[in-house]
Amino acid sequence: MALRQAAIYGKGGIGKSTTTQNLVAAIAELGKKVMIVGCDPKADSTRLILHAKAQNTIMQMAADAGSVEDLELEDVLKVGYGDIACVESGGPEPGVGCAGRGVITAINFLEEEGAYEEDLDFVFYDVLGDVVCGGFAMPIRENKAQEIYIVCSGEMMAMYAANNIAKGIVKYANSGSVRLAGLICNSRETDREDELIMALADKLGTQMIHFVPRDNLVQRAEIRRMTVIEYDPTSKQAGEYRSLASKIIKNEKFVIPTPITMDELEDLLMEFGIMDEEDETIVGQTAAEIEAAAATA
Amino acid sequence: MPNMTREETQSLIEEVLEVYPEKAKEIREKHLTVNDHEADPSKACIKSNRKSVPGTMTVRGCAYAGSKGVVWGPIKDMIHISHGPVGCGQYSRAGRRNYYVGTTGINTFGTMNFTSDFQEKDIVFGGDKKLAKLIDEIETLFPLNKGVTIQSECPIGLIGDDIEAVAKQKNKEYGKTMVPVRCEGFRGVSQSLGHHIANDAVRDWALDKRDDDDTFQTTDYDVAILGDYNIGGDAWSSRILLEEMGLRVVSQWSGDGTIAEMELTPKVKLNLLHCYRSMNYISRHMEEKYGIPWIEYNFFGPTKIEESLRKIADFFDDKIKEGAERVIAKYKAEYQAVIDKYRPRLEGKRVMLYVGGLRPRHVIGAYEDLGMEVVGTGYEFGHNDDYERTTKEMGNATLIYDDVTGYEFEEFVKKVKPDLIGSGIKEKYIFQKMGIPFRQMHSWDYSGPYHGYDGFAIFARDMDMTLNNPCWSNITPPWREDAETTALAAE
Repeated sequence: MALRQAAIYGKGGIGKSTTTQNLVAAIAELGKKVMIVGCDPKADSTRLILHAKAQNTIMQMAADAGSVEDLELEDVLKVGYGDIACVESGGPEPGVGCAGRGVITAINFLEEEGAYEEDLDFVFYDVLGDVVCGGFAMPIRENKAQEIYIVCSGEMMAMYAANNIAKGIVKYANSGSVRLAGLICNSRETDREDELIMALADKLGTQMIHFVPRDNLVQRAEIRRMTVIEYDPTSKQAGEYRSLASKIIKNEKFVIPTPITMDELEDLLMEFGIMDEEDETIVGQTAAEIEAAAATA
Repeated sequence: MPNMTREETQSLIEEVLEVYPEKAKEIREKHLTVNDHEADPSKACIKSNRKSVPGTMTVRGCAYAGSKGVVWGPIKDMIHISHGPVGCGQYSRAGRRNYYVGTTGINTFGTMNFTSDFQEKDIVFGGDKKLAKLIDEIETLFPLNKGVTIQSECPIGLIGDDIEAVAKQKNKEYGKTMVPVRCEGFRGVSQSLGHHIANDAVRDWALDKRDDDDTFQTTDYDVAILGDYNIGGDAWSSRILLEEMGLRVVSQWSGDGTIAEMELTPKVKLNLLHCYRSMNYISRHMEEKYGIPWIEYNFFGPTKIEESLRKIADFFDDKIKEGAERVIAKYKAEYQAVIDKYRPRLEGKRVMLYVGGLRPRHVIGAYEDLGMEVVGTGYEFGHNDDYERTTKEMGNATLIYDDVTGYEFEEFVKKVKPDLIGSGIKEKYIFQKMGIPFRQMHSWDYSGPYHGYDGFAIFARDMDMTLNNPCWSNITPPWREDAETTALAAE
């Protein structure tokens, strides 16, 4: 099987890292060889696989050693549950330096050191929530991830973010081979959430590849720094991640997305009752003015 | 070759613009003009200080060049850190020939390169800690330094390092002046913004250090020289004239200058501004804050020197006015001998200039003193106020070009056929290969000084040496080779 590279994007806090690790654990369970590349300065993309607080990152080790050229692949690559290979790009603490450059440097290092030449079936990039600069788009540039999965939920901001990420994909899709491969709905238990995400997926030209229900088991596993797959393999939730895994393995629906306008998105949200019809007459009115208007009426 | 008429010059400009694509032509035509004495100089019909057109060759520098290379770099007893990757500091090291007195590496540091030598990890994790460490190392290795400036290279502005906080902290620790300068190269369209940023840094971090200290014994005749970078010793040959007329030069900015002189400048009676472009900002600030008047002067060639000495003396009492006359009289025989010797050899020769801050207009008088004529001039990074000051110095129907491109300059030279070109290192070899005598007018071609009466003698000698060098008649450029061979065969 040829190497497949996938990147997971989505709004901050939506559960990208948790979903990715559970998904990857399920894929590994099926005997596939997988690598996770964490592309977030927080470096929390591999802790459930390694049972670690935070893995030593490429950038931190490069800084300690002098430069990235002084590192060897085996220094940065750790192997955890299910023989999953784990690396974290790492980066600065908030407010200093350039995290984007950290991602670029780390991924270049992995390529030059031949990390992708091992006999791998899948590479998953777990990327910081907002694609704030070119560095965080690194995983979807030419010859990197060809398929993008967006983790989202039925919340308004998560859908805004999904649509924005789709816009970013279009930019790189036109010049390269990157494609949108589907939305993963990580449920927040909002009303008609599955229908809403399916409708959004439809508008974006893609699919909701799986609906992952909310289950506190995920949190219980996480406290133990484990995936559900490892912590409670017979649970229903483990089954959900397995089903996501098999859908992704079989997935062939890779598209150049058709992001929608703000108005279209708002219409969709109104249709599902998440947003009220906009009343133009109240725009810019202060509470006092509204009170005064009510008094005269 | 006779001078061109207004119409001829205009049609030359149009001909040169012809090769450009529509959009580039539209932009460039606003930067090229024929000098017109009838026109209102305040509405000088030339655009300047705009972004260069992509695809053309420009010789402009960047904001870092304007701050580190021009304004701050020559302050000799401070250490100027090129903060960022190594190249900016290394390739700008000691290139500008700002002469100074001192023991390099002990109490002066002008020709040395100090850099934080950014690596990948400094970009990713930020460079503030490294900068702090660098300043500590400087204090250990060069304890006689009088302060540090931090000259930002591009990445500093991109990764948001807080160099101001480091400067404040180190100032507290060592009690020395620490100046953070936000002169990242991508800011602005040329080195010009770097001058402005550097002036602002002087204002915000250095100039007011002695505001509450009146221990300095002032006199009524205290002046400061601003905008003289002592290239080849220019400031020295200027300073003696001012001193001989009875003035006391308290400080030199920044050629052979010190931070102590800079801090004393707010106490002078008059600021003398040579390079208007790079130091008008701080002159205006001192006028506003301390009430110090400033005047522009020109120490190139005896005519302009004489004018300037009298203009400066007008600010003072009779003692200084007499002093000015005494100086003019004293050097008269000397400079007249220079003119008598060189003028016959240079009379009627035509010059084209393309330089930086003040020279495109300031050296015109010196050429005229030698009987030469400047038939084309322009600035790399001038603004409208520079062109206003230039048009009146230039003859009618002469060429004026702003941020001239490599192509335009070559084409102009082919048509105007000057006897001498004065420009920079990037132009030098092109024109020499075309068989045209050339002088570098940024660095004085490793000669100088050119300021003052002493400088004028060297200037005249250099122009003669270049123009009348027998080598030019022995050059056959490739495009004349055929004609030459044919001519030889016919003999």
